[in-house]
Amino acid sequence: MDMIAGRGNMAEQNTDKAAKVDTLSDRRVRVSTRDVCVFYGEKQALYDVSIDVPDRAVTSFIGPSGCGKSTFLRCINRMNDTIEGARVTGKIDLDGDDVYDPSLDVVELRSRIGMVFQKPNPFPKSVYENIAYGPKIHGLANSKSDLDEIVVSSLRKAGLFEEVKDRLHEPGTGLSGGQQQRLCIARAIAVGPEVILMDEPCSALDPIATAVIEELIDELRENFTIVIVTHSMQQAARVSQKTAFFHLGKLIEEGPTEQIFTNPVHKQTQDYIMGRIG
Amino acid sequence: MTDINMQQTGSEASRKRLEIIRASLSRRHRAEAIFKGLGIAAIVLALALVGTLFWQVFSKGTPSLFQSTLHLDITFDPEVVEVGPAPEAGSGLSPAEYEEAYLDWRRALALVNWNELIANAIRDVSGTEIDGGDVRALVDNNAGLVLRSRFQDNPDLLGQTVPMDLLVSANGDNWLKGTIDRDLPDERQQLSADTRNLLDELRADDVITMDFAWHLFTNVDSRTAPASAGLAGAFMGSLYMMLIVIVLAVPIGVASAIYLEEFAPQNRITDLIEVNINNLAAVPSIVFGLLGAAVFINYFHLPISAPLVGGLVLTLMTLPTIIIATRAALKAVSPSLRQAALGLGASKTQMVFQHVLPVTFPSILTATIIGVAQALGETAPLLLIGMNAFVASVPASPLDQATALPVQVYLWQGNENRNFFEARTSAAIIVLLGLMLVLNAIAIFLRTRLERRG
Ligand SMILES: Nc1ncnc2c1ncn2[C@@H]1O[C@H](COP(=O)(O)OP(=O)(O)OP(=O)(O)O)[C@@H](O)[C@H]1O
Ligand SMILES: [Mg+2]
Repeated sequence: MDMIAGRGNMAEQNTDKAAKVDTLSDRRVRVSTRDVCVFYGEKQALYDVSIDVPDRAVTSFIGPSGCGKSTFLRCINRMNDTIEGARVTGKIDLDGDDVYDPSLDVVELRSRIGMVFQKPNPFPKSVYENIAYGPKIHGLANSKSDLDEIVVSSLRKAGLFEEVKDRLHEPGTGLSGGQQQRLCIARAIAVGPEVILMDEPCSALDPIATAVIEELIDELRENFTIVIVTHSMQQAARVSQKTAFFHLGKLIEEGPTEQIFTNPVHKQTQDYIMGRIG
Repeated sequence: MTDINMQQTGSEASRKRLEIIRASLSRRHRAEAIFKGLGIAAIVLALALVGTLFWQVFSKGTPSLFQSTLHLDITFDPEVVEVGPAPEAGSGLSPAEYEEAYLDWRRALALVNWNELIANAIRDVSGTEIDGGDVRALVDNNAGLVLRSRFQDNPDLLGQTVPMDLLVSANGDNWLKGTIDRDLPDERQQLSADTRNLLDELRADDVITMDFAWHLFTNVDSRTAPASAGLAGAFMGSLYMMLIVIVLAVPIGVASAIYLEEFAPQNRITDLIEVNINNLAAVPSIVFGLLGAAVFINYFHLPISAPLVGGLVLTLMTLPTIIIATRAALKAVSPSLRQAALGLGASKTQMVFQHVLPVTFPSILTATIIGVAQALGETAPLLLIGMNAFVASVPASPLDQATALPVQVYLWQGNENRNFFEARTSAAIIVLLGLMLVLNAIAIFLRTRLERRG
């Protein structure tokens, strides 16, 4: 498909959509990307992705395995920098600041854009230290009591406090999978980011733990801008307000979740949602 | 194919499949059993070998931890100890005069026939008259020195009788312990028949007893008085070298490994360095000794036979081991831990030092222990930098001459009085093993402590 035409299409859609869904259109854009391409060595993994991520909403990326969702997510907080041979072109803005501006400090960027990974990866330290680490390195707490407060409030926001309040000083790796993932979310929240990126945060969890986290994501939406990669169409439908569909490294279609799921414009999107590609 | 058809052929096929699997199962179980058996056999064999080694070392070494000791009442007879009273400082003498007088007094002491005192004491206890030659055959050569320094420290002993413990000579010890064949004819015995009888008599009367050989740990090596030769010098030499290796090789090795693994750009130069480090680990240790002699002694003019040079050589030898093991440990750290740290906004340095390194600490510690233990047991390179020299004092600093425990083993093993020193070498090996055990214990202690904190 011709990309220029494709984008033209999308622009049309956007105006279209604005009329229908006002919840998204009046939100300001937090992250905006234009013509982002990613190469792993010689191989191109993403082709000209342009998308706007609205403030205080959940945006979900869906698409078949290997289509570049994780790759794209990692571009936003420059985690791709750590991958040998990865190269990113195009433009990504966070609140109008170019993320790839050489003068921008990647450490500062990552304090503004938190990340939760597919596999829960708490530090092999205590629950408390897991959460306190971020605020500590960024100098966000002036005293021990400040830090205590951040830890407790982050745990509360992640809905984990009641479960772990008696074992704050036990290793975080001793929690259940679902608890570990919420610990990772609490850890990301503790730094006070504006955006939280989540790469399949529930793929290693059972349905109940998944439901808990989905609920949590829904609550976090009030204060954070969330981007979530998911393989579960139901999950995307349940938690997100905006959905983007990727296929073979290209952004095929994006729009309000409701519209993508009920009335997709592109045949590939339709096929994917109907379970015909995957 | 219809459903029924499929089911029929299905059950038929699945039965056949099961049979095939069962046949292969028994084969697999057999292979497993064989492998398990081989594994157990290997472990048993290894344990048996280690057990034999330990049994050998301990059964040979323990006798030398107890040495024939003569308990005598020595009378500092004024007729034998013909010296004036010791000069006293301050008694009307200027410091220079006092110094002079004291030296004269000590010279007079050196001329005293101390062995006569020993002969007298033996006569008193056994009734046997012996001469100076017999005394030299009976007690260790430095027995006279022991009496002299005892008297020198306390000149008031003149005319008094004090109980003293003296070491029996190496040959006497051999005879009493039976490490020399007691049935050998006279002309092949080291000691005369009279001396041998006297020894047996004194032993039977408990004048000679087998006492714990403390001097083994407090004395230095001695050629003239083999019975009182000890390990203190070699032990300190080894200790200094060990400290130097730990202080230098661990930080340098770990730092290089961290840099190469985490920070260095991947290019020709780092590839070259990597290949070289891997090759260095395989270089025979004696080559490091040559290098040490050429660089540290000839070029930098560091003292010969010094633990400092030995430590530097062993550091060079240990570095590749530590670097390779540390890099392997760093490589093995799961990427998700790194991502977790970076994702929170940790800088690369923070990620490495606050998350990756603590996780690898146990592996690095293990590698360090292996490296240091290897260095501690190394002999060949030390021979090349002169650490096999005979050193008759405990090194007070790493710049003093010294030898090392394995070198001491080597030297003692080559001593002409094999019967006596064979047990000694085993004792030295026990000390060496003990030192390594302590080292390991410290490492385990550190590891559990740090793990608990982490
Ligand atoms: N580190 C890497 N080096 C080289 N190629 C990579 C790397 N990571 C991803 N790729 C390639 O980039 C493409 C996109 O991968 P990505 O992980 O972004 O897919 P994804 O949509 O997240 O898939 P999944 O849903 O399975 O997680 C794939 O073809 C993959 O093989
Ligand atoms: Mg992915």
